Amino acid sequence: MYKLLLCCRYLRTRWIALASIISVTLGVATMIVVNAVMAGFSHEMQTRIHGILSDLVFESHSLSGFQDPAWHMDEIRRAGGDEIEGMTPTVAVPAMLNFQVRGQWITRQVMFIGIDEATHASVSDFGRYLQHPANRGQLSFDLRDGGYDTVDSQATATEPTRPALEAAGWPHRRMRVERERLWRERLDSERPPSDENGEFASPAEKSAAESGKPVRPIDRQVDAVLAATTETPATEASGGRPADPFRQARPEEGTRMDPATEQFTGIVPGIGLASFRDSSGIDRFLTLPGDDVKVTFPTAGTPPKAVSDTFTIVDFYESKMSEYDANFVFVPIAALQRMRGMIDPESGLASVNSIQIKLRPGADLETVRDRLRKAFPADLYAVATWRDKQGPLLAAVDMEMAVLNILLFLIIAVAGFGILAIFFMIVVEKTRDIGILKSLGARAAGIAGIFLGYGLCLGLVGAGAGLALGLAIALNINTIRAGVEWCTGQRVFDPSIYYFFNIPTIIDPVTIAWVVIGAVGIAVASSVLPALRAARLHPVEALRHE
Amino acid sequence: MSSVTLERPRAASPEIAPPALLRVRDLRKHYRSGDRVLEVLRGVDFDLAAGEFVSVIGQSGSGKSTLLHLMGLLDAPDGGSVHLAGGRVDNLPARQRDRLRNTAIGMVFQAYHLLPELTALENVLAPLMVRHGIWAWLSVRREARQRAVDLLERFGLGERLQHKPRQLSGGEMQRVAIARALVGGPRLLLADEPTGNLDVESGAGILDVLCTLNRSEGLSIVLVSHDASIAGRADRVVRLVAGRVATV
Repeated sequence: MYKLLLCCRYLRTRWIALASIISVTLGVATMIVVNAVMAGFSHEMQTRIHGILSDLVFESHSLSGFQDPAWHMDEIRRAGGDEIEGMTPTVAVPAMLNFQVRGQWITRQVMFIGIDEATHASVSDFGRYLQHPANRGQLSFDLRDGGYDTVDSQATATEPTRPALEAAGWPHRRMRVERERLWRERLDSERPPSDENGEFASPAEKSAAESGKPVRPIDRQVDAVLAATTETPATEASGGRPADPFRQARPEEGTRMDPATEQFTGIVPGIGLASFRDSSGIDRFLTLPGDDVKVTFPTAGTPPKAVSDTFTIVDFYESKMSEYDANFVFVPIAALQRMRGMIDPESGLASVNSIQIKLRPGADLETVRDRLRKAFPADLYAVATWRDKQGPLLAAVDMEMAVLNILLFLIIAVAGFGILAIFFMIVVEKTRDIGILKSLGARAAGIAGIFLGYGLCLGLVGAGAGLALGLAIALNINTIRAGVEWCTGQRVFDPSIYYFFNIPTIIDPVTIAWVVIGAVGIAVASSVLPALRAARLHPVEALRHE
Repeated sequence: MSSVTLERPRAASPEIAPPALLRVRDLRKHYRSGDRVLEVLRGVDFDLAAGEFVSVIGQSGSGKSTLLHLMGLLDAPDGGSVHLAGGRVDNLPARQRDRLRNTAIGMVFQAYHLLPELTALENVLAPLMVRHGIWAWLSVRREARQRAVDLLERFGLGERLQHKPRQLSGGEMQRVAIARALVGGPRLLLADEPTGNLDVESGAGILDVLCTLNRSEGLSIVLVSHDASIAGRADRVVRLVAGRVATV
């Protein structure tokens, strides 16, 4: 009983010992906060990676892909069994995206992904990341007549709106066409039609102007036919001069289509390709749904040739993973297969690069992956889980977390040495009391118990305070961040890097339990030596101690 | 626990020789400091009858405190034996000696040796807390507390129960220490210069308390002092000179 009483009394009267556990408190608090934030980031990242990658990816090593996805899907279903819930074919090729901003062309390197709009949303969270509410339900590659979100649908707090998206869609497209028409009329009225640098003249008109001959109607027709097929031959046919970049973006009225009422093949680029976030956190858009862009991509076959075509942006994809948002462009798979020449003209069978597979909830990814790997020759097909695909990244995050935990635990261990030193001091200070207790008949184990209990109490108090502090910080981290930003004027957490406005946190009770147990354990462990020393004190010498 | 059985002391009577409560035979103790061996006790024989009040006096360094510590089982002798109520106790295992110290012996020191963190009442209760574990304590707490309060009230400290040692005077602290020594119901009280730090008046008060305890309750007391006038209050005086008993 005296052990408990003395523990409590020492705890209340020895403030110096409390100083030593402040480091335990800080260590525990830091560990809890760091783990919560790292787990939050890791989870957020995994969700987004998984959002774009389906559970399993079955793909060909070749850029040309494999034929007859339907047959492959049947085989996959046979090999994978009941675990497979859904499948969708995709074609992914590297490509270049070109769009015009204020008269200058911007080119971006992208991954051009052909998806089946009917089934793609069923294997991944793809649909969740689109900007038009209707597209989030069922994606359509037809341009919508306005109604795009001006408030980020994934936002959790009040974030800057995106007023630019309000007019996106057909209204924006009509306005642009009208503006271009007026602009062209003005240009035409200011310049004679035979101007040497006639920017909007067709190749036939231009060559006619150079040669001084009048334009023949047959040349106009040839121009129109060439323009309607692909652009590269048109350029070659007109004498190797550079292609008119505006030819397809602004087709001449009457020759092909009316851009105010018609669109090209729809595409969904990542939002990072079309916008940037300025320093105040507002998204600035370079281009909007309704604008036309050009994409250059390789054809199937050996060697691949680069072909270009014009597409109309119909929506943006925003996974908040900047790597994806600045890289991916989605296009209807059928259109891409046709343009790349992936459809066998004889059998009519299309090729695909990969098949995305979704498993039933709770299914073991690795087991199904291994079954599929056995069923298909490894030199032709690769089967990978979404984790395998992002293995190095996920492993790096895990590694980072492990190293941070070790470092932070060392802080608590250092605190343990502080406790050790202070306890030795207290044992020396309390030598006479120890002698008194021994003269009253206290056993050596009991004396040791006082100091072990004292260490336990200090550990509990320190870890408890650290737990409270850590939870308080982790739960209010965004308020604290705002406060720090307000005080220092520095951006602590730059949303333009992470594409989410708030620091995500996940508080895992198991992690917290381990941290607290570890901290208390260290406090007790570091009081063992002083406790043994106290227990071994000779009572007579202890009583004589001044 | 203990192999030693303790009987209640019978009232001292001059006709019948009371049985020896404490018997010390040829007790030797030396301390080593470096190469030198300091012989403190060189064969002490000493008997204490139940209910007897004996003073041990001697010069500083004559070994009287060492003798007291050996009798109080705080230290182990290098030779000789200590018998308590007929059983040899100096060679018992540590646990049993701890137990005996808690139940059969009460000790009072010159410097009071109260625990500074505890109140007067808690200091008195300390031996009982040491005796009982937490759960056992809960069941005996009320009784123990009553006993401690009774003792303190008897020594005139009824108003001082919740005071810390530093708020008490020397005489009061020593009375708390005596109450602590008695609360466990010991048969033997060992007092090491209990008046050494006190002024004459307080010292006389403490001596009165000890005499009263001896007379009215038959408590056996060994009092160590260097002051012959204080030692004279005892039934018998034992003089230690250079580690041996000089006069009985």
